Amino acid sequence: MSSQVMEHTARKSQADDDIILSVTGLKKHFPISSGIVFQRQVGAVRAVDGISFDVVRGETLGLVGESGCGKSTTGRTILQLYRPTEGSVKFEGQELSTMAGNDLRQMRRRMQIIFQDPFASLNPRMTVGSIVSEPLQIHNIYSNKKERQQYVEQLMEKVGLNPYFINRYPHEFSGGQRQRIGIARALALEPSFIVADEPISALDVSIQAQVVNLMEELQDELNLTYLFIAHDLSMVRHICDRVAVMYLGKIVELGPVDAVYDNPQHPYTQALLSAVPVPDPGVEESRQRIIISGDLPSPATPPTGCNFNTRCPVAFDLCYQEPDPPLVEVLPNHFVSCHRVT
Amino acid sequence: MSVLLEVKDLVVRFYTQEGTVFAVNGVSFDLEEGETLGIVGESGSGKSVSSLALMGLIPSPPGKVESGTVIFEGRDLLQLKPDQMRLIRGKEIAMIFQDPMTSLNPVLTIGTQITESLKLHEGMNTSQSRKRAADLLDMVGIPDAYRRLDDYPHQFSGGMRQRVMIAMGLSCNPKLLIADEPTTALDVTIQAQIIELVKQLKDEFNMAMIWITHDLGVVAGIADRIQVMYGGRIMESGSSHEVFGDSRHPYTVGLLGSLPRLDSSGEEKLTQIEGSPPDMRNEPEGCPFAPRCDMREMLQLDKCWDQRPPLEIVPDSTGAVTHVISCWADIREGVAKHV
Repeated sequence: MSSQVMEHTARKSQADDDIILSVTGLKKHFPISSGIVFQRQVGAVRAVDGISFDVVRGETLGLVGESGCGKSTTGRTILQLYRPTEGSVKFEGQELSTMAGNDLRQMRRRMQIIFQDPFASLNPRMTVGSIVSEPLQIHNIYSNKKERQQYVEQLMEKVGLNPYFINRYPHEFSGGQRQRIGIARALALEPSFIVADEPISALDVSIQAQVVNLMEELQDELNLTYLFIAHDLSMVRHICDRVAVMYLGKIVELGPVDAVYDNPQHPYTQALLSAVPVPDPGVEESRQRIIISGDLPSPATPPTGCNFNTRCPVAFDLCYQEPDPPLVEVLPNHFVSCHRVT
Repeated sequence: MSVLLEVKDLVVRFYTQEGTVFAVNGVSFDLEEGETLGIVGESGSGKSVSSLALMGLIPSPPGKVESGTVIFEGRDLLQLKPDQMRLIRGKEIAMIFQDPMTSLNPVLTIGTQITESLKLHEGMNTSQSRKRAADLLDMVGIPDAYRRLDDYPHQFSGGMRQRVMIAMGLSCNPKLLIADEPTTALDVTIQAQIIELVKQLKDEFNMAMIWITHDLGVVAGIADRIQVMYGGRIMESGSSHEVFGDSRHPYTVGLLGSLPRLDSSGEEKLTQIEGSPPDMRNEPEGCPFAPRCDMREMLQLDKCWDQRPPLEIVPDSTGAVTHVISCWADIREGVAKHV
């Protein structure tokens, strides 16, 4: 039900924009099975549990939340690296959730992913050149070897790597440089949409700014659209145009970054933002923290009623009885899913 | 207030097959009773190794404390024999580690693990120590504490495990608590819970604390004094207001500039520090930050390459002699030139 309300309002307000990706009622449940010989399903981890949003061409949408809230699963389900349990993913007008085989492979040229850990996502036995050119081989672009190498060298230059290192292996590079290799690989097929799954959280502080600046430059140059998945809320404010806050597989708040950060509506967003430390002792002394007690409930057994009711400081009767508060537009383009607010 | 801990010219190296790693290259600092010192640095800056060294926990071989003194209440910890050191570790100085899953023993109940130091240091018997352990767990906010003594680490969530680690660290009322990235593995809402808890307990127990982190935001809220490390050396040290509000070292300035702020909309581009952190296998000659330093370039300083800058009081500091930097350049001169 929530998705329908959201769908209606979100579509209406963004009717004029060029929508590149449209996610409706997306669910991804991972089965929990029991038994050694005769396996049967005894439950499901509801990693993503009915989310809907649109991404406008050229924007950066941030997806934030704590570990286990389903943000990475969302990114992977959009790209069909996981097949959705339910719901629809429309990319550039085409439905991906029912697509398979060669059709889907062709779509992958238009959408790519940058992974979190640059140490685990690059094959240690392949040279930089072969890592970056593998997508080109798969899609049969540049059958001429020489042209392909020239293109790979161009890509390396574009992401700030010296093309001289084309025959080196990943272990010869630092973390920041490896992430640049991952970015070059993602750009190889000239995609229009990139899912960046925590691209900077494994990097040192002084290197993070380098990679973020590079991503912003590339976005301007190539008119890229990003889905930026992160738990670093300060960086999300810097790089994103809009932000969606997830909690236990659902979007609890969605809106333009400044609106959400300056005027958070959902009690979870308020607590999350107040918990982020600011590198300024003057500000820290005067800040009022909202400390929410307890831990994230298990997504296999979510609470009845609103998902956040076990930790919510302002929960009342309705929050325990009525499931799924709908995502409602409370301010222009600013959606919240909370019984208190709506 | 009197000085509790005095570290002088600490040098730690690791002799590995790939060559010598120059992890800590001459680190000196004091810590007063009841004070909180925040040590900030990126990976490989030597922040963890220097604190492990003063606990006598450097794995040897390959590691070796080459020189230096660590005076704690009049004794040099580096000269103590292992059994003398054991009486201090856990009793006088306690440590909390980053990852509570790997630092708790998975096959022992947490009750066994907390009571171990109580029996060893305080000479308690089983029932006394279990009662005290339950009190400690209760104090760090674990519900139903007495029953949970018989649970194993995997039965606790990440935040709860870190609470267990804190209870263990505080069990013998230490004078100094060293926290090595205690909240790095945790989510922000849980991090806020733990920081709030540690702040409150620190006042209750009246202990000094060293908080090691790479997160400048965390130390801004918790530390009285901040020490910024890079390449195994202290770059800048001072009260948190001095280091954040009046940073004088090009590295500190660069680091703060590269951080986006939660409380301001990020329209302007982040200033980035070019290059990558130094390879610690090369013997440092000059300033470790020299290859990445824009001030060195701007002011054309050649001595940065081959002469180590001493840790000196910042020029025309506003009365406070605690604000020190290790840099040949006067950053205001560079800024003036730039403008």
